[in-house]
Amino acid sequence: MTQATKDSQLVQDYINGNERAIEVLINKHNARLTGFIYSKVGDRELTEDIFQDTFMKVIRTLKRGAYNEEGKFLPWVMRIAHNLIIDHFRKSNRMPMFEGSDVFSVFSLMGDERLNVEKQIIKEQIETDLTKLIKKLPEDQQEVLEMRLYKDMSFKEISENTGVSINTALGRMRYALINLRKLVEANSIVLTD
Amino acid sequence: MEKIYTTKKNKHKLVSAKPETIKFLLDYSKSLQVMEADGIKYESNLN
Repeated sequence: MTQATKDSQLVQDYINGNERAIEVLINKHNARLTGFIYSKVGDRELTEDIFQDTFMKVIRTLKRGAYNEEGKFLPWVMRIAHNLIIDHFRKSNRMPMFEGSDVFSVFSLMGDERLNVEKQIIKEQIETDLTKLIKKLPEDQQEVLEMRLYKDMSFKEISENTGVSINTALGRMRYALINLRKLVEANSIVLTD
Repeated sequence: MEKIYTTKKNKHKLVSAKPETIKFLLDYSKSLQVMEADGIKYESNLN
């Protein structure tokens, strides 16, 4: 009886409900499969994880009756392991792991992009002041400025929505900004942090 | 000539999965049940 025939018989026994058959199969191919995985990943713990995931997949496939590679058990298992190794490297490329050391702290690479409390308060103050100033502008300029800055509309869209030409919309925006600067100066407001 | 080679053919243990991993897999296998209803296969883990 050849190796493939033996495997095929054990697979069949397992599908028929003999739990002992999978134990024989795992033990029989343990060293070969572990060696194969270890040769690719070079890490004992990771090898163990991939070995486990490989056989979990084997078990699920056999129990679901989805195995159809009669006589080619080991190459099939190796292919599963190979795909899991590729998945692992794809994931680790997307999410590179940084480890800190005594001379290098991983926290020097990490930052919190949120504003601190002080900057948040300043930002809110600026927005409140600006909103008050915009309300003092003539209505047509106010409308164009809000559409452009807050609604992120193009001048073409502003022109279509307000029923004026693009040039008129551009002109209103220009005067809105000139008048805003005047209002800022007149009110002695500081609009920077 | 003095023998300089080790008498042990392979001092390094072959790499193989730990017994705990094997046990986990065998337990997983025993607990996994696949049921079929309306042509759809359902998996359940009976722990």
